[in-house]
Amino acid sequence: MAKFRERAEFDASTRSDYTMLPWRFTPLDDESYVATNMAGEYVTMSAGEVSDFAGGALRPDQPVYDELKSRHFLIDDDTQVAIDLLGLKIRTKLAPLANFTGLHIFVTTLRCEHSCPYCQVSRANDDKREFDMSEETALRSLDLAFRSPSPAIKIEFQGGESTLNMPIIRFIVAEALRRKETARRNLAFVIATNLAVLDDEILQFARQHDILISTSLDGPADLHNRNRPRPGKNSYEKAVEGIARARTALGHYNVGALMTTTAASLPQVRSIIDEYIRMDFGGIFLRPLSPYGFAIKTKSYASYDQKKWLEFFFEGLDYIIDLNLGGFEFIEHYSAMVLKKMLTPLQTSYVDLMSPAGIGIGAVVYNYDGVVYASDESRMLAEMGDTTFALGNVHDDDFADIFMGDALLEPLEQSFSASVPGCSWCAFEPWCGAEPVFHHATQGDFVGKKPLSSFCTRNIALFRGLISRMEANPEVRRIFERWANIV
Amino acid sequence: MVKDAETLALIPGGAAAAVLSEDFHHLGDGDVVRLEPAKAGIRTLFRKAVAYNHFLLTERCNNYCLMCSQPPRAVDDGWIVDEVLEVLRLMDRSATEIGFTGGEPTLLGARFIELVQAAGSHLPNTALHILSNGRSFATGTLARDLGAVRHPDLMLGIPVYADLAHVHDHVVQADGAFDETIRGILALKAQGVRVEIRVVLQEQTVPRLIPLARFLARNLLFVDHVALMGLELTGFARANLERIWIDPVDYQAELTEAVGILDRAGMKVSIYNSQHCILEPSLRRFSRRSISDWKQEYMPECEGCAAQGECGGFFSSAKFRYSRGISPILKAS
Ligand code: SF4
Ligand code: SF4
Repeated sequence: MAKFRERAEFDASTRSDYTMLPWRFTPLDDESYVATNMAGEYVTMSAGEVSDFAGGALRPDQPVYDELKSRHFLIDDDTQVAIDLLGLKIRTKLAPLANFTGLHIFVTTLRCEHSCPYCQVSRANDDKREFDMSEETALRSLDLAFRSPSPAIKIEFQGGESTLNMPIIRFIVAEALRRKETARRNLAFVIATNLAVLDDEILQFARQHDILISTSLDGPADLHNRNRPRPGKNSYEKAVEGIARARTALGHYNVGALMTTTAASLPQVRSIIDEYIRMDFGGIFLRPLSPYGFAIKTKSYASYDQKKWLEFFFEGLDYIIDLNLGGFEFIEHYSAMVLKKMLTPLQTSYVDLMSPAGIGIGAVVYNYDGVVYASDESRMLAEMGDTTFALGNVHDDDFADIFMGDALLEPLEQSFSASVPGCSWCAFEPWCGAEPVFHHATQGDFVGKKPLSSFCTRNIALFRGLISRMEANPEVRRIFERWANIV
Repeated sequence: MVKDAETLALIPGGAAAAVLSEDFHHLGDGDVVRLEPAKAGIRTLFRKAVAYNHFLLTERCNNYCLMCSQPPRAVDDGWIVDEVLEVLRLMDRSATEIGFTGGEPTLLGARFIELVQAAGSHLPNTALHILSNGRSFATGTLARDLGAVRHPDLMLGIPVYADLAHVHDHVVQADGAFDETIRGILALKAQGVRVEIRVVLQEQTVPRLIPLARFLARNLLFVDHVALMGLELTGFARANLERIWIDPVDYQAELTEAVGILDRAGMKVSIYNSQHCILEPSLRRFSRRSISDWKQEYMPECEGCAAQGECGGFFSSAKFRYSRGISPILKAS
């Protein structure tokens, strides 16, 4: 029998220098730093370790050496395959880009019988059909949707109250299904509705075509009704009853709900979460305040609300973590999407967390009047008089004008966060997104100055908050690993 | 071939027939044997009643693993291929699964591809599981040829022992093996060939088991299965016993975390060659009865154990060393 060789004989790290692969670092808290690689893997290190590593002086017997090597922050003479793997991981993260645009939002009407104060688009209780999408507009919008290279096309109906124009929803569904026969796409439909006018006929139609329902639920009755005034002051009752009816018709998991945070929500995150648990949802999306409207008018987007929102968010997150630690599974969707970027090789399709930005290529909006917007926010901006992100009109412009025109490509080019000032050296860049609409709205250009951007400060706080929580408690890390793979 | 003289009497005169001795009474209809008149012997090549028949294709190997159960030999054993090709043609089409092992089967190059092709053609409904160290696939050509066979149900079992190259290279006693193995796996998956990662749990691999699980979930999420395997104490494993042995009760924490990481990442994960009573209860659902019937045994400690039905039991070779944690699981009273 030949002699077996000892492990040290295979370990070339002690005999060779190491080469750093691209990495960045930033303080995590008072003691430690977080370092990331291009694929979004991270390692926490002490200040001493950071300076050793950066100075080429890290020794193989320091425990962090193996961690950095395993996660492809460095290579030495033991292995070269790290570069292949790192390249593969980066390609995996970027691969979905080639499939632009998967989500196509059709604004079927601007009419609505609600009059929510934060809503920028709906025309309250308007009987005029001039705010409805026509068949002609729908057909041309579908032409564009089916030109998308994406193998999966999701059509989401929004409003106003989308279901106030059911004829056009029926028309679009039938036409899309007809085209699917030859276009060979995976097709999915979502109706976004406040449920107030949902009748059995609509539900039966949704059931027949496997259409998902997405609705709004802001929290307990008084909060929800305060946020969403309607004649009868019973928006909440309508929503709860509608959710139950929709679940019966479509199946429990085919009905989703979203909340919007208003000033009135801030002190009551626990009761909002409790409401979602009471309604038997598997999670909640604690959505930040949207900066469109009152916040924008004051030009300097105040950090005051931002701070309050973060307190609101983390109070909610910790409450949800405690529930999970106690054995009750419930997720926070925004964290889950960030964690997916942190802990898996995969990518999230959530528009706000995409770089280059998700505008136009993550989702696109076909307005009732045929104007194509780069995102929902772009449409809100246009309602305020700023049409920077109007990409064209389905009646006058073709696919190339809209998806390869300057109105989309310029902000996209400026939204590769890896190459813009502030982000290019930010350790959190692999997890972050670019928000050209937001930065244009708040600072007047697509990139923005990140230290003045509440999008940036919010995300930085969030990334730190998530990392420190899972570094402090292995059980939290396990919960987070689960979340990362649910969304 | 018949089992007794009475049956022999029924065979028409002049037909070639022989009576088997008592030693061969386990043989049944559909089995494939080779008569070796020179040695006056019979070798069993395929048994229909066994769920998983495997064929050793060569004894040669370019690894030299510390715990190899089939120590490699540098012999010229090309004749084996011809024999296996013959057997494949004779085998019962209803066989559920067969295996190719070694040594390192891919060292046969084009003949290896020929064997896979033959298995796919003659036994289209039979799953083929191949144990390989994956290194030969690194350059991409062999992976391309294997992919081109389009075998209907093929899985390659390839060991990855650590996230760190030198730890893996030490276990397999070959410099540069880790890089080649990983490149081989990438090449196979790029060709649409299914790959299972196999990790043997031993003194050298357990300390990196958790980082390895993270590494797999991050870099090789697309592999089809991960098998975490207890030691089989034959071959080098027995010779190196003191060097490789770690009592499974001492690695339950690492195993639990590693299985959890893989499972939460949505990877299919199994534990092979383990006994129920030493596994953390939360891990028992991942444990498979993987030891072939003819190798499987139980120990005196197992007397009265209610879990024998699910427990994988022991390799017969385990009598040299097994966990101090073996104790019967009594029926919940
Ligand atoms: S926006 Fe802020 S947090 Fe995000 S990458 Fe840029 S600098 Fe980093
Ligand atoms: S006592 Fe024996 S049969 Fe029972 S679980 Fe343990 S090893 Fe298996």
